[in-house]
Amino acid sequence: MDAVAHAPAVEHGPSLRQRLAARGFDAVTLLVIPAAIFSLLLFVYPFAFGFVLSFEPKAGGDWLANYRRFFSDPFLYETIAKTLWLAIPVTLVNLLLAIPIAFRVRLMRNQRLLTTLLVLPITLGTVLVAEGLLNYLGPQGWFNRTLMTFGLISQPLKLVHNYWGVFASLVITGFPFTFLLTLSYVTGIDPALEQAAATLGASAWQRFRHVYLPLLMPGLAITFCLSFVQAFSVFPSAVLLGEPAGPTRVISIAAAQAAFEEYDYSMGSAIAMIMGFVQLGIVVAVLASRGLFYRGPASGAKG
Amino acid sequence: MIRDTTIGAKLWAAAVWATVGFFILNLLAMIGTVVTSSFATRWLGTWLPAGWTTRWYTSAWSEFQLWDVLIVTFQVIGAVVFISGALGVTAAYALARRDFPGKRLLVLLFLLPLLIPPMTFGIPLATVLYQTGLAGTFWGVVAANLVPTVPFVILVMIPFIEQIDPKVEAAARVFGANTFKLFIYVLLPLLLPGILAALLLVLVRTIAMFELTFLVAGPTSQTLVVALYYAVFAAGVRAVQSIDAMAVIYMVTTLIWLIIALRFVNPTQIVTRAKQQPAH
Repeated sequence: MDAVAHAPAVEHGPSLRQRLAARGFDAVTLLVIPAAIFSLLLFVYPFAFGFVLSFEPKAGGDWLANYRRFFSDPFLYETIAKTLWLAIPVTLVNLLLAIPIAFRVRLMRNQRLLTTLLVLPITLGTVLVAEGLLNYLGPQGWFNRTLMTFGLISQPLKLVHNYWGVFASLVITGFPFTFLLTLSYVTGIDPALEQAAATLGASAWQRFRHVYLPLLMPGLAITFCLSFVQAFSVFPSAVLLGEPAGPTRVISIAAAQAAFEEYDYSMGSAIAMIMGFVQLGIVVAVLASRGLFYRGPASGAKG
Repeated sequence: MIRDTTIGAKLWAAAVWATVGFFILNLLAMIGTVVTSSFATRWLGTWLPAGWTTRWYTSAWSEFQLWDVLIVTFQVIGAVVFISGALGVTAAYALARRDFPGKRLLVLLFLLPLLIPPMTFGIPLATVLYQTGLAGTFWGVVAANLVPTVPFVILVMIPFIEQIDPKVEAAARVFGANTFKLFIYVLLPLLLPGILAALLLVLVRTIAMFELTFLVAGPTSQTLVVALYYAVFAAGVRAVQSIDAMAVIYMVTTLIWLIIALRFVNPTQIVTRAKQQPAH
């Protein structure tokens, strides 16, 4: 049917449909449209809307009033430092723990039990971890009780409703995430490279420092970024396990309060935009420094 | 494999395993605390509670109206799984089979909601949903939860579809199958393991998705995890054991699906996309 219908078009060159198909646009390509429209409507549009809304202050004033208020009110602008003070140490601790453990686990033949145990806190979610830690790390909880039994402390440590409660919850949910990402990068490196280095007499530390680490650096940079943005947007555990009015008043609490308690969507959007920009800034800085490291194949094959 | 037998290497290995053991011990003890507390009559200042009871479960069930909450939770999850499957698999098919200008941009568009934390895009999203009146309703919660799940299905399915030989489809076409028949008799059976794995992962992630549901849910559209948050948030009003009983109900709901999911997927897939398909 098509052949008959398009027969005259041959003289004038290919039809529009054929030209589009040659560039990859045909009926199959159209299948992507529903998902694309969905993403534009519920992801791109809200972001653009929030961005514009943040320049239209609820209380009037000029277009930068929200941002000026954020950066002049210590109760608001200090949330950036407080969140960074939580997110950066937690991400570094998670990453520094994950690297040696991933190197050990990569040699295990049966990793399934360990990985299953580690995805537990991720699937249970931050709210349950916060509820569990409230009991477990509390003054009467098993953690303090064990330390006192061993005589390591005489008074229960104060571990909940402060900085350390949020820190612990971010390690419990963040470490498995960081670890599993690191493990997938570590196992992606050809062990033949390490064997070659060992044959040439490199010690374990030299093999790590001069063979693995350069190959791993790009992956670690991405892992750092992903773990950092997750930690930076901490919300439920900062409320439940921390001091949401004091040292763990993180930026997402400020944003949620502005938008859904004061009903100032304009200010809420402005804080969400600032949160996004800080995350973006750190990610760009980390990924830019990645250019300083080795980039190339991580397999031992020729070519 | 290289074996180090020096004393330093052994000490180092022992230290690494001790750290793993310490982490897992604390994790299990934390879960154990919640379970123990939910069965406790009175638990103050001792290792174990004074007595055991199951009455907190009945009281939590009625206090928190858990039956209604569970029904809403499963309705939300069912809708999210179904819609993200329908939108995600079709888009993944197009992206896996065709190369067209702007494809990289489109893939980036689908990647971003997975990389950006829900709290960052959730606030503008909730604002838009409140202005359209969708927030607080069932469909508002579903729409918000779909934002990360549709891209997730797409990115899990693309490599899965790519590994199916297009010649199989061409052969079906040669034998006269139309698009519908091709899909039902050829593609669907081949894609079923991948779709099942992707949707189970969506299910597990949606049960635990707190932030987006929290930002847009109203009193009648709360899911279990949001109800749990409000219960912990207002702790002191109710007995700790009652909240812990609810936490255990939440935990059991999640773990049942996690166990089912783990029959079909690799645990690391919950965090990253598996690099290779397991050999069958």
